[in-house]
Amino acid sequence: MSDSPLSLIVATEEQLLPGGWEMIVGLEVHVELATATKLFSGSPNRFGDEPNINIDPVTLGLPGALPVLNKHAVELAMRIGLALNCRIQRCIFHRKNYFYPDQPKAYQISQYDLPLNADGFLALPSGAVIGVERAHMEEDTGKSTHIGGATGRIHGSDYSLMDFNRAGVPLVEIVSRPDIRTSEQAREYVSELRAILEVIGASDAKMEEGSMRCDANVSVHKPGTPFGTRCEIKNVNSIRAIGRAIDYEARRQIDIIDSGGVIRQETRHWDDAEGRTHTLRTKEDADDYRYFPEPDLVTVDPSQEWIEAVRAALPPLPAARRAMLQELTGYDPQSEAIIVAVERGQHEYVKAIADAGGDPVKALIYVTQAFAEAGASPAVPAADIAALTILERDNKLSATQAKTVLAEIVANGGGDAAAIAAAKGFEAMDTSAVEAMVDEAIAADPDAWAKYCAGEEKAAGAIVGRIMKASKGKADGKVVSAIMQSRRGA
Amino acid sequence: MATIPTTASQIAAAVASGSITAREVLEAHLARIDERESEIHAFNLVTADVARAQADAIDADIAAGRPVGPLAGVPIALKDNMCTHGIETTCSSKILEGWKPPYDATVVTRLRAAGAVMVGKTNLDEFAMGSSTENSAFGATRNPLDTSRVPGGSSGGSAAAVAAGFSPVSLGSDTGGSIRQPAALCGVVGVKPTYGRVSRYGLVAYASSLDQIGPFATTVADAALMTEVISGHDVMDSTSIPQPAPSLVDAASQGVAGMRIGRVVDLPGGAEPEVSARLDAAFEALAAAGATIVDITLPSLGYALTAYYLIAPAEASSNLARFDGVRYGLRVNAADTNAMYGATRAAGFGDEVKRRIMLGTYALSAGYYDAYYGKALKVRRLIAQDFDKAYESVDTILMPTSPLVAFKFGEKADDPMSMYLCDIYTIPTNLAGHPAMSVPFGTGAHGLPVGIQVLAPALGEAAMFRVGGALELAAGGAQ
Repeated sequence: MSDSPLSLIVATEEQLLPGGWEMIVGLEVHVELATATKLFSGSPNRFGDEPNINIDPVTLGLPGALPVLNKHAVELAMRIGLALNCRIQRCIFHRKNYFYPDQPKAYQISQYDLPLNADGFLALPSGAVIGVERAHMEEDTGKSTHIGGATGRIHGSDYSLMDFNRAGVPLVEIVSRPDIRTSEQAREYVSELRAILEVIGASDAKMEEGSMRCDANVSVHKPGTPFGTRCEIKNVNSIRAIGRAIDYEARRQIDIIDSGGVIRQETRHWDDAEGRTHTLRTKEDADDYRYFPEPDLVTVDPSQEWIEAVRAALPPLPAARRAMLQELTGYDPQSEAIIVAVERGQHEYVKAIADAGGDPVKALIYVTQAFAEAGASPAVPAADIAALTILERDNKLSATQAKTVLAEIVANGGGDAAAIAAAKGFEAMDTSAVEAMVDEAIAADPDAWAKYCAGEEKAAGAIVGRIMKASKGKADGKVVSAIMQSRRGA
Repeated sequence: MATIPTTASQIAAAVASGSITAREVLEAHLARIDERESEIHAFNLVTADVARAQADAIDADIAAGRPVGPLAGVPIALKDNMCTHGIETTCSSKILEGWKPPYDATVVTRLRAAGAVMVGKTNLDEFAMGSSTENSAFGATRNPLDTSRVPGGSSGGSAAAVAAGFSPVSLGSDTGGSIRQPAALCGVVGVKPTYGRVSRYGLVAYASSLDQIGPFATTVADAALMTEVISGHDVMDSTSIPQPAPSLVDAASQGVAGMRIGRVVDLPGGAEPEVSARLDAAFEALAAAGATIVDITLPSLGYALTAYYLIAPAEASSNLARFDGVRYGLRVNAADTNAMYGATRAAGFGDEVKRRIMLGTYALSAGYYDAYYGKALKVRRLIAQDFDKAYESVDTILMPTSPLVAFKFGEKADDPMSMYLCDIYTIPTNLAGHPAMSVPFGTGAHGLPVGIQVLAPALGEAAMFRVGGALELAAGGAQ
């Protein structure tokens, strides 16, 4: 949609492609809003129902039916705009006219030159800041299933089945500026966007169910020269596919230019199985959508009070959640544990464990490792986990023992860590007993000990293995390691 | 059997009082339809069975002492572009032939609640595009006053139904004059309310920013009553004005003493001399009744027709795109989907509809939008500004409804431009979104009726009905 390919961002040396090429990428992400009803009618907005039950005269575009804007959809769209630092503005709807069997009115009600949200940005965890040109409201189409024919597309099929359940589902199209310079950034952008959408409750953002869909505009050029001709890549339906499709497309364009060819402006289809893009349509046979203001709807002019109320109700965004965990644990906000915990929404749980007196680092590790399936709010009382982190921190339990106890607490939905440890006979060995075991092990394998003392760290494994075997796993690895180091140093 | 009263308000009063039954009223009207409908062809469909059931239900309510609405037992005809649940709604187009909507238009719901009895769906120029009802795919309607002449259009069937006594009132839709012009040609009262006064939900769209539903009646008071019943906010129409229905019936008999009536000194020419003479007579009558006549100018009026024939077709090209053979209506099968669209629309639409779809598609196309549609929108704003300025010094404006009295069949059918000129005086109010009405005021050439048009600012229906009532009185009509 953007006719302004302006971007002032220049790739770093490391971001350039072989041959000194720079890729220029902008993303258009469509998200279905998590409303109860459709954008312009009272039919349910629900995925996975039997075909053609969530319909009504407006959805089907019956003669005489008129659209009425869903206020909750506007509010969710405003949340997206605010989360992406956009200006919320007075806006109108336009009609985008084109014939397609799953487009019931033969036009889509969308926004054109006056979108609800304009001129924002998204800061990526890696530090890049990607401009957001607009985030506008529009209605989804129905879903076509083409039967017969080789490609699954309408061309060459015997007949097509139409399901209008999706027609009229509210969408927000988030259009980035062409500020993305690597496929890794593109993946990061979509992944961060998805995290934001989930956190603010605007969309369930499930790419696999189509509630979040991505198109990529890709071009290549040499820095310091004008931007190249771009191609729009459609059907990029997973975060992995985004990276692959962009890399493929950039390479395809570079190959054409290197061999003296010219890039045609066109829309291309990503075939994930083949790992390549195909021409869908060229600029010459692109539709003229004949946009004009939708006369059946009135101007939407959100009041300052409304905007501020929506802003005030926004929960902390993923970046703020990562910062909170960083402060709590001292970990890098880009560390896997923090990213995973925030993605799953488990940051509050980690904090609750710390607040209950638990060790924050161990809390983060336990939660990300043991509650992969549990979602944002595991059922286990935070205090139970907190107690376990303290037992391990104070060396009352070895890491291996703590893991076993944690598994039991999780399985039972809670429990007293100390009691479970006692029942399993996990009494921490006192240090003098461990020291005796270390000495026994050194005596049993003097060669390994000599190597270890000579600085061969790997040789420690044989000694530790003996101790663990002898103690049946009760010896704390860290205690063993500390004793060995002190013996070596002595 | 008791004598059947002629006006809607008299019928409703008689039915409510029990002096006559709704069924008796209905049968008298059905008898008239039987007698003359084959000659007039006002209807695409006469819904006698539905009407009898509705009339009997009203009579049962009255017998049981239950309250009835202000149109209890009043037969009404509906232009066939308003959706009626389970009853064919065709827009006089082959592309919708046989289509039965699964829902009622809001006006239909309101009429039913008011106790009206639906006698049928009336003929129109296909999709309301025309000024003679000759563009109907199901044959033209004849003017009951002279069956060699057109009834006007596009709501020709609804105008003819009232003029022929098939129903005392009817509903039409007015996009560029489609209620007022046929009212003038058939010698009845026709009203286009303020844009947004009456819900468009269930009105099959021609040009959404201009379309407005309104009544035909034999008296100004009946037209006021009908406007009251169908007006009022509707959540199903986003362009509906969030105001309750106005009280208008009393305005029709309030007189015009002290009112300021505008005479447009730079009115575009083209009216027949007899029509101009009737306009002069109308000013004299209003002055005699105590109004002050004030000269005003509307400099942009001359551009209205051109702007209209860009805006209306542009919206129509989009509104009518949904008739694609996929979900309802006609489908002509072909080798692939695109060929099916083409074959369906080629067979389903008449020439005038195709002409306007092409005009509108062109006007909206990339590279032409600013020169055509964009410029037309600017003219539209200028016209609204002209009116705003004029209404600083006047309460209402008077002009002819139609430059001509009813013309003969075929006289203009092959010359779209001369047909379009029929709307030269009616189009400006649609562009401004204002109310206007046509009131019969004597006769012109060939002894055919002339309609005088009363224009008022947005939501100025009460002033409009005051002037309409005074004209009716001066013409020797009902009071």
